[in-house]
Amino acid sequence: MFPVKELKRSALISLWFAFLTFPIMVIKVNPIERTVDWRWDNMYFVAIGSFVISILSKVYLIRKERRSGRKKISRALTEPFMQRILREPRFLYPLSLAILVFAIAFPYFFSTYQTNIMTTALMYVVLGLGLNIVVGVAGLLDLGYVAFYAVGAYSYALLNMHFNMGFWTVLPIGGLFAAFLGVLLGFPVLRLRGDYLAIVTLGFGEIIRLILENWNDFSQGPSGIANISRPSFFGMEMSFDGGITYIYYLVVALVVFTIFVVNRLQNSRLGRAWLALREDEIACQAMGIDKTKTKLIAFSLGAFWAGLVGVIFAAKTTFVNPASFTFLESAIILSIVVLGGMGSIVGVIFGALILILMPEYLRALSEYRMLAFGGILVVMMVFKPDGIISNVRRSYRFKKHISHQTSDQS
Amino acid sequence: MSKAILKVTGLTKNFGGIKAVDNVDLDIQQGEIVALIGPNGAGKTTFFNCLTGIYSPSSGDIMLCNPKNGNEITVNGMKPNKITEKGMARTFQNIRLFPTMSVLENVMIGRHCRTKSLIFGAIFRNPATRREEEEIIETSYGILKKVGLHKEVNEEARNLSYGAQRRLEIARALATEPFLLLLDEPAAGMNPKETEALVSLIRKICSEGHSILLIEHDMKLVMSLSDRIFVMDYGKKIAQGTPEEVRSNPAVIKAYLGEDVDA
Repeated sequence: MFPVKELKRSALISLWFAFLTFPIMVIKVNPIERTVDWRWDNMYFVAIGSFVISILSKVYLIRKERRSGRKKISRALTEPFMQRILREPRFLYPLSLAILVFAIAFPYFFSTYQTNIMTTALMYVVLGLGLNIVVGVAGLLDLGYVAFYAVGAYSYALLNMHFNMGFWTVLPIGGLFAAFLGVLLGFPVLRLRGDYLAIVTLGFGEIIRLILENWNDFSQGPSGIANISRPSFFGMEMSFDGGITYIYYLVVALVVFTIFVVNRLQNSRLGRAWLALREDEIACQAMGIDKTKTKLIAFSLGAFWAGLVGVIFAAKTTFVNPASFTFLESAIILSIVVLGGMGSIVGVIFGALILILMPEYLRALSEYRMLAFGGILVVMMVFKPDGIISNVRRSYRFKKHISHQTSDQS
Repeated sequence: MSKAILKVTGLTKNFGGIKAVDNVDLDIQQGEIVALIGPNGAGKTTFFNCLTGIYSPSSGDIMLCNPKNGNEITVNGMKPNKITEKGMARTFQNIRLFPTMSVLENVMIGRHCRTKSLIFGAIFRNPATRREEEEIIETSYGILKKVGLHKEVNEEARNLSYGAQRRLEIARALATEPFLLLLDEPAAGMNPKETEALVSLIRKICSEGHSILLIEHDMKLVMSLSDRIFVMDYGKKIAQGTPEEVRSNPAVIKAYLGEDVDA
């Protein structure tokens, strides 16, 4: 049965909520008639609503606790449904194929507007996967990731404006610029850990934005750079709609490429070193892992992806200005990684799609859009603190010799 | 007698005004098991940390000499990972495994400094990289077999028993192919049976050509295992010699039991 103590708690919570929302929900000043409307009904709604929500969440938590208490026996059972699917190649391959086919067919079935939104979402998938290398795998909290994104975008904008360089030439250059900057920043910064690293990278992100905003001769300041050329397809120019579809496919290809590379990196000597570094730095060094070098590689690889996406961003919008590269962007990308599940590729993909697509499709709620968005984020973090799909690392399993031995059948 | 594989001269480490290690000399010959003992707080672990580069010594010299090619190197001030590469590996007093990684992976990390594939190899998985990965897994498994952990090979490291975790630390250190292995209280918290297994493991490791320097409080283990013993107290070396010499040394008895023993 539901404990009485919890009922009391929920009642208190609902009272507190009613009190907190009193100024905005109850008082309404009518400036024309110079009167105050007291909308007491709203207060009841808030109180009852928060009471119900608080009880429901408590019930959920209690049940979850009971379940986890009971189920420590078998690992296969506690493993969530999604993770079991991801572990089985039998399900995984057809599933990813289906998703790929859907992604390719997408522009034929949906409007240009939808395709455009999807392109943005997929760009964030790549950004998320890039940051995932740094934050999720190597455990370095980077709050200035958007700086590398900006570097990519501005390298295309500037190189295109001054030297008329094409998209395909700048794509790798932008990525390499960002990676180089990652190394430059990394050298002094990577001796710091945790919170300190976060603060320094945060500062770095702001420095890049402020430079772009204030150095008019270099970046044309807040007015930005316009008329950046769209990517060409073997020299062909395309219609507006065609261009959008083209960029969409480009981003899909980039997503596939990124997933491939990140997956391989995670399951390599380097990926192991990153994981170990996240767990214990001193032990790592004592095992002969060069801390600085390994961290720098993670940092610059993460920056590389941001640079690539930056170039595509500039080509997609044909306009860049510093306002696109605020701290909020870094925060969103970081939320993608945290919400999706640190270190989990599939999780990050889901995280990006949800975080970017949700505000678009919540437009039906008009003014309450961002409120609902925020609410959903909070709820997700409360109930799934490990992210939507927590990391399913394919750990190395030794199979060969075990079959020869009598006692062990795993 | 051949050249010492580790020769420490006048090693000193200050923390502010405190001399945690004060002018300590020590040498280890190839194939020896040497123990470093002393009361709690004598500076043994600090001494280890200086040797392995976790602290840089305030003064003094640490010379390593690889018995395979006779190259002599001064390692003081080097980074820990470089020192491990040179052939001196260690375990930790408070176990520092990678808890959420599997037993096999823990040992594979130890192979890191003896292998070299990087980004390129990771992405393209060329034959050389694949061969290297196979080599890493095979060698790691071989080492786990040697320390008797091959049945737990796919277990997560944090699920191992205490004694097994200690053995895994040794396995991980062995994976770096050291000629000198430093063990920081390997028997701490072990029951007598586990300790016995540890003694034979250490003997086995030593017979395979790894020299060993160990810190230990278990006197039975120290006396039965070591060829020579160094004793530290208040940061200073107060005695050295064979187990018999050390046992009867008045300075050692004083350090362990207090002033009035002889009275």
